Amino acid sequence: MFVWLIRRIVQAAVVVWIMTIIVFVGLHLIGSPVDVLISPEAGPAERAQLMQQLGLDKSLWQQYWTFLFQAWHGNLGISFVYNTPAIELIKERMPATLELAFIALLLSIIIGLPCGLIAGLRPNAWYSRLIMTGSVLGFSLPTFWVGLMLIMVFSVNLGWLPSSGRGETREMLGVHWSFLTVDGVQHLILPALNLALFKIAMVLRLTRAGVREVSQMDYIKFARAKGLSSHRIISVHILKNIMIPVVTVVGLEFGSTIAFAVVTESIFAYPGMGKLIIDSINQLDRPVIVAYLMVIVMIFVTINLVVDVLYHLLDPRVRLEANV
Amino acid sequence: MNVAVAAIKTVSPSRRLLSDFCTSPAAVIGLVVLVMLLIAALGAPIFAPQDSYDLQSLDIMDGRLPPGATGIGGFTYLLGTDDQGRDMFSAILYGMRISLGVGISSAALACLLGTLLGLTAAYFGGRIETLIMRVVDLQLSFPTILVALMILAILGKSITNVILALVIVEWAYYARTVRSAAMIERRKEYIEAAHCLALSRTRIMLRHLLPNCLPPIIVIGTMQVARAIALEATLSFLGLGVPVTEPSLGLLIANGYQYMQAGLYWISVFPGVALLIIIVAINLVGDQLREVLNPRLNK
Repeated sequence: MFVWLIRRIVQAAVVVWIMTIIVFVGLHLIGSPVDVLISPEAGPAERAQLMQQLGLDKSLWQQYWTFLFQAWHGNLGISFVYNTPAIELIKERMPATLELAFIALLLSIIIGLPCGLIAGLRPNAWYSRLIMTGSVLGFSLPTFWVGLMLIMVFSVNLGWLPSSGRGETREMLGVHWSFLTVDGVQHLILPALNLALFKIAMVLRLTRAGVREVSQMDYIKFARAKGLSSHRIISVHILKNIMIPVVTVVGLEFGSTIAFAVVTESIFAYPGMGKLIIDSINQLDRPVIVAYLMVIVMIFVTINLVVDVLYHLLDPRVRLEANV
Repeated sequence: MNVAVAAIKTVSPSRRLLSDFCTSPAAVIGLVVLVMLLIAALGAPIFAPQDSYDLQSLDIMDGRLPPGATGIGGFTYLLGTDDQGRDMFSAILYGMRISLGVGISSAALACLLGTLLGLTAAYFGGRIETLIMRVVDLQLSFPTILVALMILAILGKSITNVILALVIVEWAYYARTVRSAAMIERRKEYIEAAHCLALSRTRIMLRHLLPNCLPPIIVIGTMQVARAIALEATLSFLGLGVPVTEPSLGLLIANGYQYMQAGLYWISVFPGVALLIIIVAINLVGDQLREVLNPRLNK
């Protein structure tokens, strides 16, 4: 087990290291950021000076080693556009994205679970068919399109909710949060719902499949024979058994929710990490792109590692296989 | 009894497939709509009343007209115009051409690459399989949008790069499916017989193994076209996809987005509806194909 764990951690580290090479070398192919930063009238002398200032006159390998050394110390370069350390920019924007992703996952359970329960208990009723059709749409419609429709209906036509920004924030534990103010919550509803849509469809289908499977079990029949109320059977016997896989999958989806926040944040002009990366790509703000990609790769590798380790600890079959 | 057996045998597999497919009216409607859209997209230069790329034919005075309005030249714009006076109906036809083209070509390339790698992994096993499946697992552990974003951030925007990004994102799905199908087929007697005949490996893989793995490939392939079109639209909407000179449906939606707040809904909504119809139609067809081709349901 211990050897396996070490091997798994080394594997994760290698993935991160390969990513640094791909990202760093790749970004040098798209052209020099100097062209964006310098005014068109600037002479070659000014150009050379700026190149030297940014360290772009050195060889690619030298630049890479400097980058790797500094990244190890938590320094991922200074943003060309904002003139602040890139990692600080990411840190500053991260709470907004985390808040949005967390609320989206919460919504997916709050909406997906009851709908899945209904569809699973009465699979042939018309409302169950309606729910299932809805979930197919939730899976197949592009997120950005649904986001546009939400804005059109709820912001432009009805004027109920704001369509852009984060609204008023309040500080708690040194970080600004939207969910603590009424204005902030109003700004959160549409983006969170938009981001949650795909996950709602997923939770709904998982729940429905789970309910249909569990309902056939002997202990449910026994509970019925005992004369327990159907309310108690559903809430204690069925729900408890399907909650574990649902919560596991939702937890696993946290990383991908952060990644998909890129789309939602762009539509709703929500000042999170995702909006930052899109802006940075368009402005060729290389340090920020590198910092974002590194941070998100780290998040994913960590989530995958933790899940793998937990599976090993919990499932004896997997453990056996690894020891052979 | 013999007569009955003979009667069953005269129905060719392709005809049986067709009649099975037609059991779902929704799927048939989906297929008909899809074929019509394909014809409309391919024949865009013939069907479109206006050449969207020809700036000479646009009249800026006709800009932002609502659907059904008549322009200065006496031309009626069925779905309205955008800010430059471009007929939305024509723009959608041309946009569909790009969306469908990018979606289908990337899905086809990904299918080719994924199928070959999946077959190789299943047939040879051992180290080659471990290596290929490791890469597949790694690829699938990152969400599609992130991988595509990374590739386009590095390579820059162009249609070729979008197709490349979509292929890199999608091949792993094919590889995984094909491998699991081929693993089952490989153990069957006909492959053993082919080995005994001393046929070459390539021949066994392509002529014996591949045709028997086709049903799941067809199902995955159909669904992946829809996914590719949706992802391309998303990337173009974010400004990372196709260039402005060749607007796909996603870019048309993005262009209209800024006018939506002002109530000019049609610039964004109609391309969106077109995108929606394409995706839903493909999914309906794919769902029914899955039902028809599923070996577990065949008696």
